[in-house]
Amino acid sequence: MIHPYLFLKSLSEQLHVGEHVLYTWFVMLLLIVVALLVKSSIQTVPGGLQNFFEPVIAGIEGMIEETMGPHGRAYFPLIATIAFFILTSNLIALIPGFYPPTANLNTNAAMALTVFVMTHAIGLKEHGLAYLKHFCGPVPWLAPLIIPIELVGHLARPLSLTLRLFGNMYGHEIVLMIFFTLVPVLVPLPMMVMGVMVAFIQAFVFMLLAMIYIAGALEEAH
Amino acid sequence: MQFFAWCMVAAGIGMGLGSFGTGIGQGLAVKSAVEGVARNPGASGKIMTIMLIGLAMIESLAIYVFVVAMIILFANPFTAQVMQLATK
Repeated sequence: MIHPYLFLKSLSEQLHVGEHVLYTWFVMLLLIVVALLVKSSIQTVPGGLQNFFEPVIAGIEGMIEETMGPHGRAYFPLIATIAFFILTSNLIALIPGFYPPTANLNTNAAMALTVFVMTHAIGLKEHGLAYLKHFCGPVPWLAPLIIPIELVGHLARPLSLTLRLFGNMYGHEIVLMIFFTLVPVLVPLPMMVMGVMVAFIQAFVFMLLAMIYIAGALEEAH
Repeated sequence: MQFFAWCMVAAGIGMGLGSFGTGIGQGLAVKSAVEGVARNPGASGKIMTIMLIGLAMIESLAIYVFVVAMIILFANPFTAQVMQLATK
């Protein structure tokens, strides 16, 4: 319904997997190849691709240190991978023939659930059973009131992460398609420029929220 | 068939109401951020980050409305029931 032409469509019919799965594989392949290319040509004096990736990686690392403290550096791979994956999948939406995997609920739910499970796994690993104190609030006799609120709050996190990314990307796709059917020439261009902005902001927000959630699990219960 | 006409109306009005509140909220947030940067340009980087998170949070309200509108329009759970009643 969204895309009239997808270049991996026939492959998706042959393999009986959804388009979003195929394009997820495509993005994964792209990222892995670029990573191997950069890794194979690392030099003391950077040039080419390395020049581009060094500030990006350093920026993400600095942001992690700022939000999560020195402990957070261990979770750099998870957060940076999520950020790069979301950014790449958002941006390929602007090329004709490509379907953004993030415009599908399942891809986003997978990433949001990964962050959710990782948050609590990290909390349990860092604090042991004392992690349960995070859910009980500051005063013991308030615990029966706080626990349900905290539970609902924590369960709403993956939901809001999923729906935010999905709604933004899917909404952008639909608006573009409607504009294309109305006036195919030049009119969708401003929307596409906004799409670039939305792609960056949504990847940034997902990354930042994942960082904040994990930082919340890392800190001591008050 | 009136059911589907009302579905369209509901999706449109719902989206309008949702973006109305979200627009006001985002406007207030951006207003405060701009005032903050005007008073202290040195803090613009931090204010920008916090504003972006806040905007994304506020925006998700409109996004929820959008998802509900899409469910009403394209994945309405009552379509089969209504069609059954209409053919009777």
